[in-house]
Amino acid sequence: MLRLEAIDAGYGGGRVLQGFSLDVAAGEIVCLLGRNGAGKTTCMKAIMGLLPLMAGRVMLDGQDIGRLPAHEVPKAGIGYVPQGRRLFAGLSVAQNLEIGLRARGSGRDTLEEVLDLFPRLRERMAQPAQTLSGGEQQMLATARALCLRPKVLLLDEPTEGLQPSMIEAIRQVIVQMRDAGVAVLLVEQRVDAVLSVADRVAFIETGRNGEVMEADALRADHGIVERYVGV
Amino acid sequence: MELGPYILLASLEGAVTAAVLALTAVGLSLVFGVMRVVNIAHGEFFMLGAVIAWWVANSIGGPPAMGFAAALVIAPLVVGTIAAAADMTILKRLEYDPERTIVATIGLLYILQQLTLMTYGPDARPVEAPFNQRLALPWIGRTETGWEMYYPWGLSTTTYKLAVIGAAAAVLGGVWAMMARTRIGLLMRATQADRDMALAFGIPVEKVYALVFGIGAGLAALAAVLIVPIQQAHYLMGADPLLLSFIVVIIGGLGSLPGTVVAAILIGLSDGIISVFFSPTLAKILATLLVGLVLVFRPNGLFGTRAP
Repeated sequence: MLRLEAIDAGYGGGRVLQGFSLDVAAGEIVCLLGRNGAGKTTCMKAIMGLLPLMAGRVMLDGQDIGRLPAHEVPKAGIGYVPQGRRLFAGLSVAQNLEIGLRARGSGRDTLEEVLDLFPRLRERMAQPAQTLSGGEQQMLATARALCLRPKVLLLDEPTEGLQPSMIEAIRQVIVQMRDAGVAVLLVEQRVDAVLSVADRVAFIETGRNGEVMEADALRADHGIVERYVGV
Repeated sequence: MELGPYILLASLEGAVTAAVLALTAVGLSLVFGVMRVVNIAHGEFFMLGAVIAWWVANSIGGPPAMGFAAALVIAPLVVGTIAAAADMTILKRLEYDPERTIVATIGLLYILQQLTLMTYGPDARPVEAPFNQRLALPWIGRTETGWEMYYPWGLSTTTYKLAVIGAAAAVLGGVWAMMARTRIGLLMRATQADRDMALAFGIPVEKVYALVFGIGAGLAALAAVLIVPIQQAHYLMGADPLLLSFIVVIIGGLGSLPGTVVAAILIGLSDGIISVFFSPTLAKILATLLVGLVLVFRPNGLFGTRAP
C-alpha cells in the first residue's frame, strides 16, 4: 500500500531522513519508534508533501506521490493526524470535519460513520474546536482525518497528554481502521501503547533505518526498545 | 454655526472617511490575516482603482452614472487581477516569506506608481459623481419660542456621501458573509489558522492566497472608486490610505476583520472631527500616537490574537 523507498528529507537543505525506507500494507499497523529528533515526524511530513523530498520515492498503490503538490497528497488517500492535533482554531467542530470531508469529496454518510466512532463529537458540532478538552481535540483530529476515507492513516503521537480512557478510545478506533483494511503508520513514544496495537515495529535512528520486527517478537525482547528509544 | 451642528457636520465627513478607510483596511487585514504578508503596495492598488475609474468613466462617456457604474465593476476586477498576478509571479516565488515579501511589495509599490506616472501623468483628475444632490440636515435647538427643529445654515451633506457610507457598509457585510457563510470563506479561514494543515487536507493554498491577495486589492480599488468623485485620482494618492490602513489594522489587531472595522470607524471619525476643528495634520499625529500607545499597552491590537 504505502512504500517509502530510500527517502531523504529535512529542513532548509539539512537532511534529517537519510535513505529511509518503509513498507506499510493494507490492514496493518506499523509503529515507528525512535528517540526524540530521530526523524519520525519528519517522515510523516515528507509523506504528506509538507517537506520536499531530496531523494527517494513515496509510493502509494504503485504510484509515486512523492513529487505531487502537497495539497494533492490527501486526495490520493492519505489521512494525517499531526502531533499536537493542529485543529483549525476558530472553526467549529462541524467545520473542521467539513474540511476533512471536502478533501476527497466524501459525503454525509462518511460523516455519520465517523461520528458513530466518536459520539461525543456529535454533541459538540457547533462548538469552536479550541474550546474542546485535550481528549476531545484528539478525537476531532482523528475524526477529521477519517473523513477523507483514507487508504493510509498517519498518526503522530495520538495519545500524547491523554488520560487512559481517551487513550483506549483512540486505540480502539485505530484497530477498527486496521480491521477495515486501512494501512496505519503510527508514531508513538509510549512503548506500551505501541505494543498494544502494532503488527510490526520499525525503528528509526538519526534518520536511518533501524530494525523492523514483528510486534510479538518485540514483546519478547524488550532490550531492543531500550537500545533504540532508551526506556 | 453652533457647536452641535458643527460636530454633526464633522462627524458626517468623518463617517465618509471611516467608510472608505474600513474597506481599504479590511483588504490589508485580510491579506495579512490569511497570508501573513505585509502588503506595502496596498495603497498603490487603491491608487490604481481611482486611476482606472477615471479612465473607465472617461472612455464610456454618456451620463455620469453609467461611467461610474462601469468603473465600480471594472476597476476592482482589473486591480484584483493585477494583484493576483503579482501574487503568482512574485510572492509565490518568495514562498510568502514575511521579510522578503515586504521588500518585494515595496518594489511593487514603486513599479505601479511609476508606471501610472508614465501612462496617466502627474495631474489630478476628477470623476463625476453619479448623483450629488445637496441635503440640508435638520437640527433640534433652543430658540426664542422653545425647542424647535430647524435647518442651520451650512449643515448639509450630499446624497453621494451618504451613498458611499451605505455602499461601504453593504460591501463590508458582504465580506463578512463571504468569510463566515461560504465555502471559500471556510477555506480561507482554515488556511489562516494553519497553512500546513490546510495543505494536508487538500486545500490548494496557493490558489487561496492568489484569491485573497486579489480580493484585498479589489477592496482597496473599490474604496478608491467610491472616493474618487470626492477626491481626485492622482498617482501619489496611495500614501495616505496605506498609512491610515496600517494604523487601523494595528489598532484593530492584525488579521482581525471586526477589529479593523471598529478601528476604521474610530480613526475615520476622529480624523474627520479633528480635521474640521483643528487640522488634518493634527488628526494624523494623534492617530499615530494612538498606534504607539496600542503597541505599548496592547501589542496585539484591540481585537487581535497572538500570531501563531
